[in-house]
Amino acid sequence: MSTDLTMGTITYVLRGVRPLGGDAVDVVLADGVVAEVAEAGSATAEGATVIEAADHVLLPGLVDLHTHLREPGREDAETVASGTRAAAVGGFTAVHAMANTSPVADTAGVVEQVHRLGQQAGWADVHPVGAVTVGLDGVRLAELGAMADSAARVRVFSDDGKCVHDPILMRRALEYVKAFDGVVAQHAQEPRLTEGAQMNEGVVSAQVGLAGWPAVAEEAIIARDVLLAEHVGSRLHVCHLSTAGSVEIIRWAKSRGIDVTAEVTPHHLILTDDLARTYDPTYKVNPPLRTAADVEAVRQGLADGTIDIVATDHAPHTREDKDCEWGAAAFGMTGLETALSVVQQTMVDTGRLTWSDVARVLSTAPARIGRIEATQGRPIAVGEPANLTLVDPTATRTIDGAAQATSSGNTPFRGHELPGQVVATFLRGRATVLDGAPVAPVDGVVSAP
Amino acid sequence: MNPGPALPEVPEPDGTTVLGASDVARALTRIAHEIVERSRGVDDLVLLGIPTRGVTLARRLAERLAQIDPAFDADACTGELDVTMYRDDLRRQPTRAVGITRLPAVGIEDKTVVLVDDVLFSGRTIRAALDALGDLGRPRAVRLACLVDRGHREVPIRPDFVGKNLPTAQSERVRVRLAEVDDVADAVVIAGRDGSTDVRSTR
Amino acid sequence: MRHLLSTADLSKDEAVGLLDTAAQMAATQSREIKKLPTLRGRTVVNLFFEDSTRTRISFETAAKRLSADVINFSAKGSSVSKGESLKDTALTLHAMGADAVVVRHWASGAPYQLAHAGWLDAAVLNAGDGTHMHPTQALLDAYTMRRHLAGRAGGLAAPADDGVGADLAGLRIAIVGDVLHSRVARANVALLHTLGAEVTLVAPPTLVPVGVEAWPCRTSYDLDATLADWRPDAVMMLRVQRERMSGGAGAFFPSPLEYTRYYGLDARRLAQLADHAIVMHPGPMNRGLEISAEAADSDKAVIVEQVANGIAVRMAALYLLMAGDRSAEGNDL
Repeated sequence: MSTDLTMGTITYVLRGVRPLGGDAVDVVLADGVVAEVAEAGSATAEGATVIEAADHVLLPGLVDLHTHLREPGREDAETVASGTRAAAVGGFTAVHAMANTSPVADTAGVVEQVHRLGQQAGWADVHPVGAVTVGLDGVRLAELGAMADSAARVRVFSDDGKCVHDPILMRRALEYVKAFDGVVAQHAQEPRLTEGAQMNEGVVSAQVGLAGWPAVAEEAIIARDVLLAEHVGSRLHVCHLSTAGSVEIIRWAKSRGIDVTAEVTPHHLILTDDLARTYDPTYKVNPPLRTAADVEAVRQGLADGTIDIVATDHAPHTREDKDCEWGAAAFGMTGLETALSVVQQTMVDTGRLTWSDVARVLSTAPARIGRIEATQGRPIAVGEPANLTLVDPTATRTIDGAAQATSSGNTPFRGHELPGQVVATFLRGRATVLDGAPVAPVDGVVSAP
Repeated sequence: MNPGPALPEVPEPDGTTVLGASDVARALTRIAHEIVERSRGVDDLVLLGIPTRGVTLARRLAERLAQIDPAFDADACTGELDVTMYRDDLRRQPTRAVGITRLPAVGIEDKTVVLVDDVLFSGRTIRAALDALGDLGRPRAVRLACLVDRGHREVPIRPDFVGKNLPTAQSERVRVRLAEVDDVADAVVIAGRDGSTDVRSTR
Repeated sequence: MRHLLSTADLSKDEAVGLLDTAAQMAATQSREIKKLPTLRGRTVVNLFFEDSTRTRISFETAAKRLSADVINFSAKGSSVSKGESLKDTALTLHAMGADAVVVRHWASGAPYQLAHAGWLDAAVLNAGDGTHMHPTQALLDAYTMRRHLAGRAGGLAAPADDGVGADLAGLRIAIVGDVLHSRVARANVALLHTLGAEVTLVAPPTLVPVGVEAWPCRTSYDLDATLADWRPDAVMMLRVQRERMSGGAGAFFPSPLEYTRYYGLDARRLAQLADHAIVMHPGPMNRGLEISAEAADSDKAVIVEQVANGIAVRMAALYLLMAGDRSAEGNDL
């Protein structure tokens, strides 16, 4: 074991790993990059930390396009530090921090603050998402150009939590971000159709008496937005798509050549609105959990490439915001530390995606959409930045919200047994996670285990 | 009423029959005569059976009273008194179903009410019955008739008319079987009497 | 029986048993001394997060007739945003030693949470939650129907013994009005189905919930056709909130007048009912909107009797939840 203080990294030999689930090799990480890819069992490096990782899958560091870090404003629920530590534990090396903080990330000042907090924490790259409209009010465009030009180099803009529902404002935003190759990430929710909405509108809502959030409220906005994007020749990203109809619309839009990308959350890949029967607000999320048919449709959409990426919509909430009546509870569930396991269970273990596909939907595609593909979502090859995630797909673990790295306990998988364990995460060659546990960064240098 | 721990619900083929059908019939006839004698006739006399078998016994007694004195209107002077909501042991057991209370057509006000039950044991059921009766009206007098008195009283209650005094151990179970209710010949059976039980005679 | 949260949880035997118990309770209520000692020393808390004087008084009367101590706890001031209050309130009631909590709440599911979150171990009675359930209302409705109609399916004679022991097999019940927002309708559909009755919901399409096709009942948009062709044995009129009739673009119906024209029970529709049919309303009524004075005051109307039956049904529910040894029984009712 040695610490090369000049380069700030330790040399690691990952022995017997399977890059993207392929054949076993040894991978050497040094000086922040992939230094060597060699035949399994052959690599040696002077003073290196050897990680015996036979049958572990090596993925490019995961990239989350949709994370709520809550800071500034709701540090009681999550901070940039705690949220990015949770990200590292979940195998992420970069996250996009949503703009619905307090104050809202609608100015260069706020996005630079969040960006800087991410650098200071050192767990993962933090790429702030800029608000589309001032204060998320849906009335006036925020200074998108200033945020794009700031030190945070914002490329993704979203009013997430709220929909940019005014069609002319949405058109302007789509047009305006073309100047700096930005993208509008739309939270598709027709507000009038979802006033007071608590859960998916359907058989279950009719029985449990909770106000319905109809699929059409999502689909109508997506349909409008893809047509707007086509008309103005801009690119559009659809956040947390949740219905079978939305998948159909995206599929149709792509067949027309419209530059649209779509994401699905882990929870929409596995949970259904039946959970509302428990009235446990842990399962209250926006967009709401849908039906089993919708779950199947989004899995199919992810498998056939209609849906481009999986993004967590990690939404930490304090206990007081969840330990209450369903109708009074906040929307959202945490996801950073369970996302990869859910994707493995629903898509890999079912044979619908390969590990190479997982690298695409959780790393390379979100990096490309967020325009951070120069540093994240890179191939596993000599000379590439060592942003890597090592997964033991044969492990199983039982989720305990209290034991997670996130500050909040609102995981919907509490008590569930999920497959797969992130064994190690490397951010530019530094281990942020080893043996499945976070390794606190010290002054930009990872303390050795 | 068994205030002790609930005994396992087992059929009692091994029980000892202490009264047969003819014994039951003779006991009821004797009780009927005693009631008439004690009340100096059947005027203002009403019978209130305590569910389930007390109701049947009350009906049989009423028929005998009518035979003794045709002035006794068996239908109008017989009722049933459910004491469930007056019991003091409700919290010790799974919820009991509430039974029917049906007062005799002639009422109970200023009548001589004879409460009729099958087995007199701790006396708590009769205590509950007296409370229930008090909420329903004010009889001139209340008397108690039972087919079997097995002893082990826990409250100061004493029967006026007894078919049979039956010494038992606390752990034993006394079962009254009546044709109308149980679809078997009338009988009084003691069960749970085994070698380990110290059977003492009580009276 | 540990809690009474939803009529959907009741088996047929449990439901009939509860109605039979209510019948015995009702019998005690015609006596000079109406009070029973059954729940002496036990504490019932009426926990109301939403005003409902009628329901609270009914539960309070029922509990007092059984000699329980009653504490009225109005938590209406607790706002939507102060969600923690449900938990804190529950912990408070637990500390106070409540044996049963009668809860009325604006939020669907709040009684379920109270019963299952581990905050308190009292029996929970749902006295109406959001747009979800109102089980004692449905039970008193069923009790009232049984008294008048049990065994009437096909036009037989009126029931003897107030229908004790009977279910509602074959009866036809029309539930008319704002089904979408009605916990009474949800509670009734589940219970009436369990008891063997047939239900037709009659409402404008805007007031029928999406997903109603999974309910064990029929749906009609045409009250006149339902009355003429289906011949219901009972017609239950639901209360309509006037503000839902005239809220601009989001209103569920063009105007109160048009609602009354198509879905109100007026003298003409009343005359169409079979001789034995009864008219019900959970109250409070909007006379002239969903029900006309002629209908409300007719001899077919059993609306006042519903109120009286409510006390007996609530006594029965309190008795069954509180009287026995609660540790001996695991299941919700």
